[in-house]
Amino acid sequence: MHTSSTLVLVIAVFGASLVEMVEALTIVVAAGVSRGWRSAFLGAGAAALVLGVLVGALGVPLVRYVPIDTLRVVVGALLLVLGLGWLRKAILRSSGHKAQHDEDEIYAETVAELDEDEGVPRRGYDGVGFAVAFKGVFLEGTEVVLIVISLGAAQHRLGLAAVAAAAALVLVAIVGLIVARQLSEVPENTIKTVVGVMLCSFGLFWTGEGAGVAWPGEDLFIPVLVAYFAVVYFAFAAFMRTRLPAPLPEEAAA
Amino acid sequence: MKTFGRLLRAFGLFWWDFLVGDTPELALATAALVGLAFLLAGNRVVAAILLPLVAAGFLLASTYRGRKRAPGR
Repeated sequence: MHTSSTLVLVIAVFGASLVEMVEALTIVVAAGVSRGWRSAFLGAGAAALVLGVLVGALGVPLVRYVPIDTLRVVVGALLLVLGLGWLRKAILRSSGHKAQHDEDEIYAETVAELDEDEGVPRRGYDGVGFAVAFKGVFLEGTEVVLIVISLGAAQHRLGLAAVAAAAALVLVAIVGLIVARQLSEVPENTIKTVVGVMLCSFGLFWTGEGAGVAWPGEDLFIPVLVAYFAVVYFAFAAFMRTRLPAPLPEEAAA
Repeated sequence: MKTFGRLLRAFGLFWWDFLVGDTPELALATAALVGLAFLLAGNRVVAAILLPLVAAGFLLASTYRGRKRAPGR
């Protein structure tokens, strides 16, 4: 295993975990502020526990019992679906065809929804706060779990992938605790683009490897694919911006 | 038994929505890329050129489909 592909693995898992955890933090903070911190923390903790069990229960048997070529095709296909989806959204956002992801807006919407219920206990246990925090962390975390298991299992580096994801989780939790609010300054759209490029690269590489394609330069072909998909992203975003500009709001409303 | 069926349906719907959702063309693209990879397994140079090109082609088509359109355009 080349250092370059290990580095790309760590960056991809860390980046994906970072953006998903920032999104989860926004929901947990909104639940904490509106419904009380105890329930929000309990919900977030329970979801993190379930996700951790999922990694152990699904990841370890995959690495041990599934033939490596089959695993790589399945994992490659999964990463391709996720990666192409992330890159598509990034191109649409960058060319103005889709609204930028805005944590401030999501936070305000969630708080407004939770505040509709008057007389909420801010102390003690609150079922709604627990459920909202659990759902937020679980749904955002599912994508992280899939990426950790896929990238980790295909390279037989499940431990390293889990450590990279855990590092992102700890970083977001610490910064979130220090500033005690959602992290709207994190350049999520940029990180999502970078991770989308990496997921597409790994996805295509592992799909080919599993199917029997002998890539030129073996693992060294991964950075080549990363550069290729980065160029594809910039070229398509520029094409959409200049040749197919998004309609102005009044044009769209007409 | 009914509860199990409901749970199974909800589980299936969750994964369908998660992996296919509103971009079925990307799921189709992935299936096509897997098939193409098996077809080109014996030819490393053609595979190394064609697979990334086909992936980019599907991505462009899906992005084009997802663009905002003014009425009548």
